[in-house]
Amino acid sequence: MSARRIFARPARLAAIAPYLWMVLFFLVPFGFVLKISLSQTAIAQPPYTPVFDFTEGRAALAAAFAQLSFDNFRLLLQDNLYILSYLRSLVVAVTSTLILLLIGYPIAYGMARLPQRLQGVAMMLVIVPFWTSFLIRIYAWINILQHDGLLNQILRALHIVSAPVVWLSTDSAMYLGIVYSYLPFMILPLYATLSKMDASLLEAAGDLGASPLQAFWLVTFPLSLPGVGAGALLCFIPIVGEFVIPDLLAGSNSLMIGQTLWLEFFTNKDWPVASAAAVALLLLLVPPLVLYDRLQRRQLESNR
Amino acid sequence: MTGNVTRLTRFNMTSLALGLAFLYLPIVILVIYSFNASRLVTVWGGWSLRWYHEFFSDRAMLEAAWMSLSVAAVSATLATLLGTLAAVGLARGERFRGRALFSGMLYSPLVMPEVISGLSLLLLFVALNAERGFWTVTIAHTTLTMCFVTVVVQSRLATLDRSLEEAAMDLGCDPVRAFLLVTLPLIVPAIIAGWMLAFTLSLDDVVIASFTTGPGSATLPIRIYSEVRLGVKPEINAICTLVIALIAVIIVVASFASKLSSSQGESAAPL
Repeated sequence: MSARRIFARPARLAAIAPYLWMVLFFLVPFGFVLKISLSQTAIAQPPYTPVFDFTEGRAALAAAFAQLSFDNFRLLLQDNLYILSYLRSLVVAVTSTLILLLIGYPIAYGMARLPQRLQGVAMMLVIVPFWTSFLIRIYAWINILQHDGLLNQILRALHIVSAPVVWLSTDSAMYLGIVYSYLPFMILPLYATLSKMDASLLEAAGDLGASPLQAFWLVTFPLSLPGVGAGALLCFIPIVGEFVIPDLLAGSNSLMIGQTLWLEFFTNKDWPVASAAAVALLLLLVPPLVLYDRLQRRQLESNR
Repeated sequence: MTGNVTRLTRFNMTSLALGLAFLYLPIVILVIYSFNASRLVTVWGGWSLRWYHEFFSDRAMLEAAWMSLSVAAVSATLATLLGTLAAVGLARGERFRGRALFSGMLYSPLVMPEVISGLSLLLLFVALNAERGFWTVTIAHTTLTMCFVTVVVQSRLATLDRSLEEAAMDLGCDPVRAFLLVTLPLIVPAIIAGWMLAFTLSLDDVVIASFTTGPGSATLPIRIYSEVRLGVKPEINAICTLVIALIAVIIVVASFASKLSSSQGESAAPL
C-alpha cells in the first residue's frame, strides 16, 4: 500500500508535460473558437489578423469582451442553410447508426460464438480495416460504384440492368461509405460485451424451455445493451461531424454540417460564422458525449 | 439439448463470412486494379506495373508522400513520448489536482469531429502568427494521436501486476528505477503498438492536415483527396496499394508486439 503512495509522486510529475501540451493545443484553441464565434466579422478579419494582442494586457481583454456579440449565433438560427445542415447531419447519423447496428450485431454475435482460438483471429480481421486508411477505403468504393465501374459491369453482364445505373453522388452511396467506414467501431464494443456474456445463462434459458430465438430476445439482447449503446454512440458522434465521406460520395444538393462549416471557412472565409457553427456542433454533441462517458465508466466499474 | 442455444449456427457463420467479405472485397479489388495495364480504370488490360512507374516519376506526389511520412514519423514519436507519460500519470498518479480535466482533454479528441479540432488549431496558429507547414501539421497530429497512445498504454498498465513494482521497491529500488527496470520493459509492446497506431492515424488524416498546413506543403492524403474529387485516376490505385502495403507491414509488427504484450492469452486490441 505504501509503495503505491511512493509511486504516485513521480507519476504525477510525469504527467506535467502532456498536461501542458493538451492545455496549449487542445484547451486554448477552444478558447479562440469561442472568442471568434462571439466577435463580429469586421473585427476578426479573415484570414490572418491576430485576434488577441497579448502585449496590451488587461485593458485590451476588457475591450475585447465589450465587443463580444451573439450576432453569429443569431445568424445560425435565422439562416435556413444551417438549420437544414444540422437536421441533415442528425438524420444521416441516426440512419447510419441504425444500419450499422443491424449489420454489426450479427457479425459481432457470430464472432462471440467462434471457438476461443478463432475469436482472436476474427477480431484482428475486423481491426485491420480500421488501421487501413479510410480515405483509401472510400476511394476503393468509388472504383466500384462509378459509371463504368465493376458494379455496373457485373449488373449488365448478368442482364439485371440494361444501362449503367448512377450510384455515385447519391445518398445510398454515402450511406454505404459511412457504414463501411464505421463498421469496425460498431462491431468491437458489441463483441466486447457479447463475448463476456456467461453462456450458462443461455443454457439455463434453454433448460427452462426457451427456444434459441426466445433466449436471444429475453437474455442475450438485454444483456448486450451496454455494448449496443457504446457502439451506437461511438458511431453516431463522429458521423454527425463527418465531412470527407459525404463530400466524395453524396450528391451536392444538401450538405451536412461538417461540409457547411468547411465551406464557410475556406470558400466564404467567414471565420466568425464558421466558429459559431463549430460551437453549435459541439453543443449538439455534448449530450451523446456525456452519455458515452457515463457508459464507459459503468463498464469500467463492472469489470473491476 | 442444452448446446442448442450456445452453438455456432449456420446463421452466425454466414453473417460473419458476409461481414468480412464486405470489409475486404473493395480493398482487394483496388489492389488488383492497381496492376491493370489499361488507362480506363475498370477495363482489364492485362497485368502491368505502369501506374507504379507513373507514381515514381510524379514529383509532386513523391514530395507529398515524403512530407506525410516525415510528419507521421515525427508526430508518432512525440505522441508516444507524451502519451506514455500521460498514461503513467493517469494509471499510477492516483489523485491529483486537475486530473478530471486532464483525462477529459485526453479522451475527447478520440470522439470529437475532426473539423472542430482542425478549425480550433488553425485559429491558434493564426493567433500565434506561426508559419503553417510541416511543424503545424506535426503538432496537430501529435495532439490527436497522443490520446490514442494514452489509451493503449494505460490499458496495458491497468492489467499489469503491481506487486512486481512493489517487490522491486522492497528490494531497494526507488520508484523511478522500479519503473524503468520493471514496468517499462513490460509495457514496451503496448508502446510499440501505440507508436504504430499514431503513425497510421497521421498517415491517414485529411481533415486536420488541410486546416493546419500551409500553401505548397500538402500531405499525401490531401493530394489523393483533391485528385479523387476530380475523378478516378489509375495512378491513385497504385499509390493506395503502396500505402496499404506499408500499413500491412505495420499491422504485422504491431500484432506481434501486442501478442507479446498479452501474457495471459487475453487479446489486446489496438483500440
